[in-house]
Order: sequence, then structure tokens, then C-alpha cells
Amino acid sequence: MEKTLDTKYTYTEKKDTRSGFGDGFLEVGKKNKNVVGLCADLIGSLKMGAFQKEFPDRFFQVGISEANMMGMAAGLTIGGKIPYTGTFANFSTGRVYDQIRQSIAYSEKNVKICASHAGLTLGEDGATHQILEDLGMMKMLPNMTVINPCDYNQTKAATIAIADHEGPVYLRFGRPSWPIFTPADQPFEIGKAWKMIEGSDVTLFATGHLVWEAVVAEAMLREEGISVELINIHTIKPLDTEAVLASVAKTGCVVTAEEHQFNGGLGDSIAQTLVRNHPVPQEFIGVDDSFGESGKPVDLLEKYGLNAENIVKAAKKAISRK
Amino acid sequence: MEKHTTEQLQAVCSQVRRDILRMVHACQSGHPGASLGCTEFFVALYFDQMKHSNSFNPDGIGEDLFFLSNGHISPVWYSVLSRSGYFDTEELKTFRKINSRLQGHPATEEGLPGIRVASGSLGQGLSVAIGAALAKKLNGDERLVYALMGDGEQQEGQIWEAAMCAPHHGVDNLIASIDVNGQQIDGPTREVMNLLDLKAKWEAFGWEVIVTENGNDITEVIASLEKAKGLLGRGKPVLNLLHTDMGYGVDFMVGTHKWHGVAPNDEQLENALGQLEETLGDY
Repeated sequence: MEKTLDTKYTYTEKKDTRSGFGDGFLEVGKKNKNVVGLCADLIGSLKMGAFQKEFPDRFFQVGISEANMMGMAAGLTIGGKIPYTGTFANFSTGRVYDQIRQSIAYSEKNVKICASHAGLTLGEDGATHQILEDLGMMKMLPNMTVINPCDYNQTKAATIAIADHEGPVYLRFGRPSWPIFTPADQPFEIGKAWKMIEGSDVTLFATGHLVWEAVVAEAMLREEGISVELINIHTIKPLDTEAVLASVAKTGCVVTAEEHQFNGGLGDSIAQTLVRNHPVPQEFIGVDDSFGESGKPVDLLEKYGLNAENIVKAAKKAISRK
Repeated sequence: MEKHTTEQLQAVCSQVRRDILRMVHACQSGHPGASLGCTEFFVALYFDQMKHSNSFNPDGIGEDLFFLSNGHISPVWYSVLSRSGYFDTEELKTFRKINSRLQGHPATEEGLPGIRVASGSLGQGLSVAIGAALAKKLNGDERLVYALMGDGEQQEGQIWEAAMCAPHHGVDNLIASIDVNGQQIDGPTREVMNLLDLKAKWEAFGWEVIVTENGNDITEVIASLEKAKGLLGRGKPVLNLLHTDMGYGVDFMVGTHKWHGVAPNDEQLENALGQLEETLGDY
């Protein structure tokens, strides 16, 4: 169905965002000799193998011991290294929250926590692995920067950019093959929202895989004569509040879209900004206080209401509440 | 660095013990028991063993590094850092008080010289020390990394993740010690959660294990650390089982868990200070 739509961004190829991470990791490793890698028995899943092969002395397999990995990463920064840790998003956050809190965030350590297989689109493995709370947990930690890029190219650019940012970063990406609709070799500015489509009736703030769903939703809404502004929020913290408020001043209503719980996610951050500065109607696309389950990614997004059709409905509702 | 005599080191220990008691008394909070028990170890490290610069550089390149995993014994660390020149001893007055750099548990946020990572939530320090030791290897830096853990802390799972990891990665520039005082908050370790044979456990994980029978004898502590250094550089990390008496130096505090996290009152302080000579001048 989306093929027949006149989307403002198009794609010719699909790829997983974790591959964007893997390719970016190799590239940043070539550029910056202080970059080192750690992985908890998921080198293949995280696509860290190319870096490991190229720089075996700068890569540490730590086995299935994520807590120790976070501590080691904190230690490696003492001496100027820039460690990138790799495991699934669940084991990068919930499993090791206290290690990140004390040894990394509170200790202001320059660790890049790289988290794959986030959200429902992990698919068949089910709820034990489909973390939908990670953005909230990481957002709450002082000193932590939280990034959730939308496709292969943006993930690659973000992976390279975070090496030059001093301080702890949580970088979230995923497993499914997904449209590549943003430019290759794009600049990536942490904390700077990207206005992808200009519009006037409603603003869609989307992050991660759901940016593509928002691109599709915009085309669907445009066919019905609704003018949509689409803003890609790759950096959830620090949030680009200036861009958020400038857009809302124009459109007067908002839909947020993310592969995460309502609680603690992007929608929460946007709502806080709006309530404090410029209250307008807001609708939320996300998971409503529930765990996920096994299934195909596309089916799960549909069942939990996280696709373009649901964004369209939410946009109309937001507009009707103006 | 000019070597201190045993008598000089013992004199430092006496002053450090006075500092610990006075700091904890002043804020009526903190952990005197294991701080007193580990005094010889800290003095041996900072006044005899470690190469360190008092113009604090967080990266510590070209210096020996120390990581405290059982962060609640911050009083002894703060006293020794201050007495060895990292900051003015007057600042010890601010321990655990508002707007102080001397937080209840060690932290980096306030910029206290000598502290490189926060600790207090147990079980994390050895992992950090392993990372720092690997960074030294990557940097071609031949200085060493030291770490101290508590014995109760051995009940944390992360310790054993780290224990497995260090020999696997050939971290042979690391000396980790365990303060074996047999006590933890709720009572003797053998009653709370029996640690059984720590020597056998660490050896089974691939470490060179040495035993310091009397960790309150500064000569023996130094001899142990010298022995540990001799075992480095052969692919294995070294684990030092440092037997100490909790509360050592104050007769009514020694050998019991009761002074783990309790401050002395005015009378108890006076009694305790009467047992410890003021050698370097109270702050």
C-alpha cells in the first residue's frame, strides 16, 4: 500500500539499523584510535565483528556478564579510551541499571552504551527481550544523552558522531530490516531535531523506526488535505525544545510516535515541554503500559497500534481537539 | 620518593585513625569499623607502594591507580588522600556535610582530587579496576592498578563476573585485595552468608592468591604488596586476602560488626582518641 503513496522520502533498499551501528563502529574505529569495543557474547547480533577483526587489541569479548562489562567500560575511560559496549537493549539498561547509574552516569564516564534489538520490532523472541522501558530509564539518569536513530544511515552517522561527544551516551537501535530513507553520509548533530517535512495543521514528533511510519502517515494525511509537519527526534535527551516549541506555535497540536511505553518515552518529554511552555492537544503513539509478545515485527506494530494508520487517526484526533 | 621508616608509617596510621574517628564523630554518621581496620593498607599504598602525583590527573597516565569498591570506608581514604597531599586536611571537617566534596561515599561529581569513580553500591569496583588496567596496557603504561573490596561484598554476583574476566584477558597489572574482617552489617559473614574458602575460590578462577595474615601489621602489609608485585606480568592478576580486625586501634571497637556504621558519642570519642597518639597534628 505504501508503494502507491507519494511519500516525501523514498527508499530503494531496506537494512537493519544494527548494521548501521556495525558499519559506523568500524569507521569510527579507523578515525579514532581511542575507540574500543566490549561485547557480551553478541558480536554477530550487534554487527561488531568487522571492528573486532580490524582491531583485535581494542576489542574485549566479556562473555555473558553485562554488569562487569559496564564497569570495565567505565574503567577503560580512565586513561582516555572511548568504550562502546554492545548487547541487547534490555541487557544494556534494565539488567545493569545500577552499574550504569553509579559507575558511568554519576561518575561522568565517557562510555557509549550501544543497545540493539530494542522494542517490539525484535519480533519473535518475545517480551523478555523486547524492552519498551529503556528510553525512560536512561532519560532519568543525570549526565546521560539518549539517542534513537531512525534508519541505517542515521544510525551509522550517530555511531560516528557520539565518539566526539564527551560524556555517557545511550544509543538505541534495532533488528528488523527497515527502509533506508535518509541520506548516506548525513551530518549528525546530537540534540538537534531534524525538520523533515514542513507543514501547518499538526506536528508529528517521531523517533526510531516510527519515523518511517510517520513519513507514510504524512503522505496519507496529505491525500486528505491535511498539512503535516514531521520532525525527526533522534536525540531524546537533551531534547531540542526550541524546535519543538517553534513547530507547535505554528501547528497548534501534536502527535508523538515511538516504539516505547508511553511512560518515560519521547511523548513524556514533549508533553513536559509543552505543559511548561505552550500547552496544546497531544496524542501518543506508543505502547500503553503493557509488555510485548512474540510475532512478526509488522504484525506487532499493527497489534499495538504503532503504525502509519494509527498515526493518521491520532493526527486527526489531535486536530479535532484544537 | 624517599622511603618512610616503619615508625614513620605507624605514626601516620595513628593520625589517620584519629582523623577517621573525628570525622565520623563530627557528623555523627559514617563507617568507622572497617576504616580503622584498613588503615595500614591505605597508608602502605599511598605512603610507600604507589607512584602517584598530588596534582591530580583523572586519567592517571604514568601513575599507579587505586580503586575502592567498598566505598563506605571513605573516611580512611579521605584521611589518607589528604595526609598524602591531595587536599588540605582542613577539608576533612566537611565530611558528609552539605556542600562538601567529601560525600558519604566516594564520588567524582564534586571534583575531589584522588577519586576516579563513584563507589558505594557494592560489587562494582573490581570491574572498573580491570577496565583501567586494560587501558594502561593499551597505552603502554607500565604502572599498576590496585583495588580493594570488602569480604561481605564477595556475596555480590558482579564480583565473580569480574573474577572470571581478568585472568581470561591476561590482566596481570592488577593487585586486588579483599578486606577479610569476617564481619558485615547483620553480623559475622559466616552467619549472614558463608564465604567458605575464598582462597580456593579465587585460585579456581585463575588468580594468583596471596594471604596477608595480619593486615594491621604495616610491615607485613608492605611485604605482601611487594610479593604481589613480584607475581605480576605473567598473565595472571593477583588477589591479596588481607586479614584485618574491624575497629583495630580502639579497644572497644575491635573485632565486632557493631561499629560498622555507627559513630562514637563525645565520651566514646575521648576514650578512643586517648588510645591513639596525635602524631601529625589534628586538622
